[in-house]
Order: sequence, then C-alpha cells, then structure tokens
Amino acid sequence: MTLDDLVAALRNAHDSGTQLRIRGAGSKDFYGGMLAGEVLDVAAYAGIVAYEPTELYITAKCGTPLAEIEVALADKGQMLAFEPPRFSGATVGGCVAAGLSGPRRQQAGAVRDFMLGVKLVDGAGQMLEFGGQVMKNVAGYDISRLLAGSLGTLGVLAEVTLKVLPLPVAEQTLVFDMNESEAVKRLNQWGGQPLPISASFWHDGRLWLRLSGAKAAVAEAIGKLGGTVAVDAEKHWNSVREQTHQAFADPVLWRLALPSGAPSPGLDGLRAIEWGGALRWYAGESGEIHDAVRGAAARLGGHAVLYRASESLRCREGVFVPLPPAMLALHRRLKKAFDPRGILNPGRLYAEF
Amino acid sequence: MTMPDPTFNTDRAALVARLKTVLPAHCLLVDAEDLRPYECDGLTAYRALPLAVCLPESEGQVVDVLRTCHQLGVPVVARGAGTGLSGGAMPHAQGVVLSMARFNRILRVDRNARLAVVQPGVRNLAVSEAAAPLGLYYAPDPSSQIACTLGGNVAENSGGVHCLKYGLTVHNVLRIRVVSIEGEVFEFGSEAPDSPGYDLLALLIGSEGMLGVVTEVTVKLVPKPELAQVVMASFDDVGKAGDAVAKIIAAGIIPAGLEMMDKPATAAVEPYVKAGYDLEAAAILLCESDGTPEEVAEEIARVTEVLKAAGAGDIRVSQSEPERLRFWAGRKAAFPAVGRITPDYYCMDGTIPRKRVAEMLGAIVDMEKKYALRCANVFHAGDGNLHPLIMYDAAKPGEWERAEAFGAEILELSVALGGSITGEHGVGIEKINQMCVQYTTPELETFHRVKAAFDEHGLLNPGKAVPSLHRCAEYGRMHVHHGEIKFPELERF
Repeated sequence: MTLDDLVAALRNAHDSGTQLRIRGAGSKDFYGGMLAGEVLDVAAYAGIVAYEPTELYITAKCGTPLAEIEVALADKGQMLAFEPPRFSGATVGGCVAAGLSGPRRQQAGAVRDFMLGVKLVDGAGQMLEFGGQVMKNVAGYDISRLLAGSLGTLGVLAEVTLKVLPLPVAEQTLVFDMNESEAVKRLNQWGGQPLPISASFWHDGRLWLRLSGAKAAVAEAIGKLGGTVAVDAEKHWNSVREQTHQAFADPVLWRLALPSGAPSPGLDGLRAIEWGGALRWYAGESGEIHDAVRGAAARLGGHAVLYRASESLRCREGVFVPLPPAMLALHRRLKKAFDPRGILNPGRLYAEF
Repeated sequence: MTMPDPTFNTDRAALVARLKTVLPAHCLLVDAEDLRPYECDGLTAYRALPLAVCLPESEGQVVDVLRTCHQLGVPVVARGAGTGLSGGAMPHAQGVVLSMARFNRILRVDRNARLAVVQPGVRNLAVSEAAAPLGLYYAPDPSSQIACTLGGNVAENSGGVHCLKYGLTVHNVLRIRVVSIEGEVFEFGSEAPDSPGYDLLALLIGSEGMLGVVTEVTVKLVPKPELAQVVMASFDDVGKAGDAVAKIIAAGIIPAGLEMMDKPATAAVEPYVKAGYDLEAAAILLCESDGTPEEVAEEIARVTEVLKAAGAGDIRVSQSEPERLRFWAGRKAAFPAVGRITPDYYCMDGTIPRKRVAEMLGAIVDMEKKYALRCANVFHAGDGNLHPLIMYDAAKPGEWERAEAFGAEILELSVALGGSITGEHGVGIEKINQMCVQYTTPELETFHRVKAAFDEHGLLNPGKAVPSLHRCAEYGRMHVHHGEIKFPELERF
C-alpha cells in the first residue's frame, strides 16, 4: 500500500459519498461509538520511515505495529513515554487516533504531548502535512495535537511523528496496603513533592507506586516512602498497561477522569485508580445508571467515558459526555473543515457527526 | 510600517459610540496620544494605530466588546503585555485593541491539586512567585517572563530555556476559558485529564489570538527541584558544540536546560553581565541538571564525561546558586546585551534538527557577508531552536530591508533543513510570507477553514499568522527576484 493508494481511496470515497471506517489492527474496535461504513484497512501502510535517536523523534506509517516501534526504540535505549496500550497488535495510527495513554502518563504526559507532526489524508482526499520532526514548531495552528484522540473523524493519519525519550536509568516499584481515600490522599501529597513517581495503580486495598529516574533519585525515594519493594513489577505494569489485570475484566467498564485530588464520587464498583488519582475505573451495569455515573463525575469537575460495553449499550447511551450545544456546533464546523461530506468514521466519536 | 487592508472600512464614530455603551469611560481609550503606546508590540518595526483600545475589567465586558465588534464587522486584536516578537499584537488600523492588562489577578493557587487559576493579564513570573511558598512553580520560562503575561503565553505557545525537559505552554496548561468573536464563552480542557471531544485546548494554544480571547487560564504547577547546577563548556568549533548536544541526548540525558551561544553572542554579553564566559571559545554550551543533590551529582558526572569526549575545552560546574544564576544571566541577557552594541537588532526564531546546527551557523556566516550585517547566535540547543540576532541600524537607509531579507533567508533555510520558521515567537505579521514557504496551498486552506470554524468573518487578528493565498501568490512571484526588490514588504501588483 502506498500513500497514493490512500489518497485515491479517500478521494473516491469523497466523490461517491461512501462512508469509511478506518481500521488498523482493530485492537480498539471496542472503544468509541458505533462502527459504521465500509472498512478502510490501513494496516498495510506500515513501516518506520525515520528514527533519529539524537533528534528524539520517530516517524512511522500508520499501520506500523507499536510493538515494532518499541523494539526499535528499546534498541537505542528509548521509549514512547506515554506508554500506550498495545492490546493485540495495536498500530501507531490507531494509538494516536484513540488518544489512549498508559501508566506513565501522570509523569510524562499524554499521547498529544508527544505529537510532533503528521501526514494527514483528509476527507476530501488531500494529503496535508502539519508540524514536523522538530521539538518546537508554532507555525500555523497545532493540527497534529488536535488529531490525537479524534478517533479518525478528521482524516487518515497516514504518518505520524512522535517525540521519544530515553528509558529511565533506574526503575523500582513499591507496594503499600491502604484504602481508597488514603491512597488518593497520599498520591496527591507525594505529587506535590519532587519525587520520581512515574506510575500509580490502586486496586482492592493495595497501591503500587513506580519510581523512575536516576539511580540516586529512585534509591532516595524508596528510603523516604517506605512500603515494600515489589518483585515482578514489570509484569504488573504490563498488565495495567494492556488492561489484562483483573481490575479491567468487567464487561461494562467506566473510565472516570477526575481532578487528581477529587474525593470518592460515591459510586459502587470501584475497580482501580491510576494517574495519581486522576483516573478511576468503575465496573458498570447495563441498566439505567448512566446519568448517575456521568453526574457524579461532573460534580467533581471531571467526566465519565463508557469505556467498555456492548455496542448496543454504547450506541444507546453514547460513549463520551454529550457536548453542550455551542460546543457541539463548533465540533461540527471543525469536522466539516476536514471532512466536508462527513464520510470518516461517522458516529465513532459522537452520534451527531 | 503598516499594511493597508481594504477588507475593512470601519465607521470610527459609530464604533466608539457603541463601545461607550458597553464600557465605562476609564476602560476605553480613543485619543491619539492614548493610543500611541499600543501601536506596536516587541517587534517595533511594524506599527499601526488602532481606532480604540478597550481595557475591560470583567469577562462580561469582554463578551460585550466582542459582540459589538462582531455586529459592526470590526477587527479585534487581543493584547497582553505587548512583549511578543512577531508582531502578533500589532493593532489593525481599522480595528480595536482588546488589552487584557486589567485581568491581573491570581484567582487560586492549589497546593493539593498542584495548579493555579489565573487571569490572562498575570505575568508569567508572578505565577511562580505565588507558588513558591508551596514549593511549586510554573515551568515555562520565556526570557521575557518578568513582563510577559499568561494570556500572551497561551496565544504564542511560549517556551523558555527549560522546555526540553518541562515542555512548552501546551504541556503546562490544563484549562482555558475563551470568549469567541460572537461572544460565546467556552471552556477547553479541565482539571481532569482527557477532556471529551476534540483537543481544542491544544488547538487554541499557539493560535495567536486568531480563534478566541482567553479570559482565564489554569496552569499546572510542578514541585521545585531541590537543587540545580549548570555545566559550562567551551568549544573551539561550533560543529563540535553541536555534536556535543546530540551526544548528550544519545547518552540518554534530558537536561533541564541546554543552551548554546556563539562567539559574537558571548562577546556582546560578557562586558555587560560579567558571567565569566570564555571569550576565546567559538561556542559555549550551558547544560543544567536539576533534582535531588544525589541525582544532580549523578547527571553532572555523566554530562561532564560526554562533553569531554565531545572535545570540550574548559568545563566548569556552578558551585553555588549565585554562580549558577550568573552563568544563566548572560544567556538571559543576550538580547539586551546585543541591543547595547548595535542601534537595532532583529531576532529570528527558526527551529532545525540539532544535527544541522553547524551547517546553519556556517550559512549564517555567509549571509553576514552577503547582507553586510553582523549576527550573534543564541540557541536553545536542546530543542533545536535558534535565535540569530541580526544587528542593523534603522537610521541607515536600506539596513532594515537588508536585515529583513537576511532573516527571511534564515527562516527559509530552516524549512529546507527540515525545521520550522518559528519555534516559540509565533508567525504574527513578521513571518507571514515564510508561511507560504513552509505550507502548501491545501494546508493553508485547511488553516483558513479552521479559522472560519471559530471566526467566520475573520475579525480576530486579521492578516496575522496564516497568509491569504493571494498574498502567497504575490510573495511567490517576488521571491524569484529575492534580494533585488527593495521594500519586499510593501504590497505590490
């Protein structure tokens, strides 16, 4: 598959008004709204285009498996610091389009924070380049970051350039026994101190805390924080990142993004807490509790995503918080700016576009 | 220098009469002598007198002013402290300046949540000062941080000397409140991560006042490191200094700051600040490490080893906080120091891949001969962001035009080397022609459609940031004859 093939596919779809469902490995088919349109399989547009360790970037075609990228990076002692889930064969294009970040997000930042540039094929089949391979670039609007998390509704992310970072010199994990409220309190207290905390995960009365950085910094933090040094920590963090940990096993799963210090939202079914308290997972029901979950998150200044549920439930309830009218109108205008005929992943982000 | 814009033809009397109905007298300036201080920003070569300056004190007044201008079809240029270097806040001769200077309150500093909620007219440094008692600070630190405001930082996506490790404004802002040209109030982002919908927070940051007017900013605060130390290394060759930068990064080190200055820059700075720079060196590198004392010691040892292997001559490590600040003082004072040795200077802002540094500096030496002007270079080496300071005398006929052509050539070479025309100062009015070089027509059209999604009639900061296709067509034609045409900035054809 070539870039010309992609451009031609999009141009044809635009001209004929054919709706497309952009698909890489399909590892996140479960995520977002309805899956509609003819499948545009972009997995074959794959391969690392450029990787320059000393320039701290990697450019890859959208179908490149994350695993392949991570092997190349690890070989030079580097990583995708936002630790995206790889699930089963996830591609880099899908990773950016979904905008999901992993455990290290609380320290390093989200997918969008590492977006440097993109080659985009828009809904009219135009090949556009925004951003680049340099760390700083404020020429024109920051379209590359806008695309992170847009779920393919604005174009096919044919090639992406991501900032990469060195692997930490040292990494250790501490384990503490504590309840939910104590965990949130401690995580926020620690967050205000210069400690090298790179990930946190609370589940069922137990808190895992990962420390990453210079050897001296990690050793010093262990002395300061106490707890028990975990064995098999890498396996544990991998299960959090890939969501193979039992905390994520429920068939209906809510993802609540909250201000990190928010108290308990008073919902049943807390499964896990990540990101220093800013991400909380709840097992859900298929009944009529969705307004209650959304309302509880909103009251605390956050929002709830119906992260995993049957397609019918997702379509009925909507996955993301409904947008207020003026915001929805703005989204529609932006959507139209990139996809004038509304052919790309219709309904995947919001049912309205 | 102003550019006539035939698109707008404002009835000044009607505008002022309407503004008087929404603003009290002390919030509205209309007399020529009161408007004069607003005629330019930090890029003083471009000036225009606005029809009026509005100084609202509440978000409600901002809404009213924008609604009024929207109804009357009048251009609006938002302004913070006016320290920008690309003319982004240069007024429109047919429009109003919306100064956010009176939005100067820090509304909340939250220790537990590690954030501050501030109004857009609050100075960058004031945020860190307010957070200092809690052991926290706001990381982005543009050189103008004692004066520049958060609203302006959001508009330009400002960086600073520490952004390689701590990020730009876009990485450190959690939420903004924005008023659209139609007077609609939006909130983009929140204190919680991953806001629903498109990442409009990221889109607005760095949008140069083209999409909306910011009325409130929530910023992330980070714990102040216990210790910071700077390694200062001298090189007898700029290429070696550039290679040393790449080698530090290849060694897996992301320093808190990594800056380079060439010989003309240190020569300008040293008599002014007495930072102790090696005046014989072709280039010096300043590399900062921060963290706990143990962490810093570990990193400094590694950095020193890399620098030695890269061929550094003299290597010095700051032994005290005053010494660290003295090492930095020279870098931070580079612009005013150059301003002392030349009547005027023109600061460029291109970014290039780090490995092309030596090539770029070599080309600049050739350009100095070509344009018969001197140039000093300071460089955010860690992120490949170059600030050549082209020295000229505006009083001498032809020098400004040569300086401008010199700058344009640097920017276009930045693009050719795989970089960008601006790393942190913005396009504004200054680099509007070079946008035609960096982007294709369909890309520029996309920018225009994004703009129209927020501001259908193009009333917010017209003529800035994204050139019209018409303008690019003209620039393209003139570009062929580059260097032969006088006053390339004037509208022709």
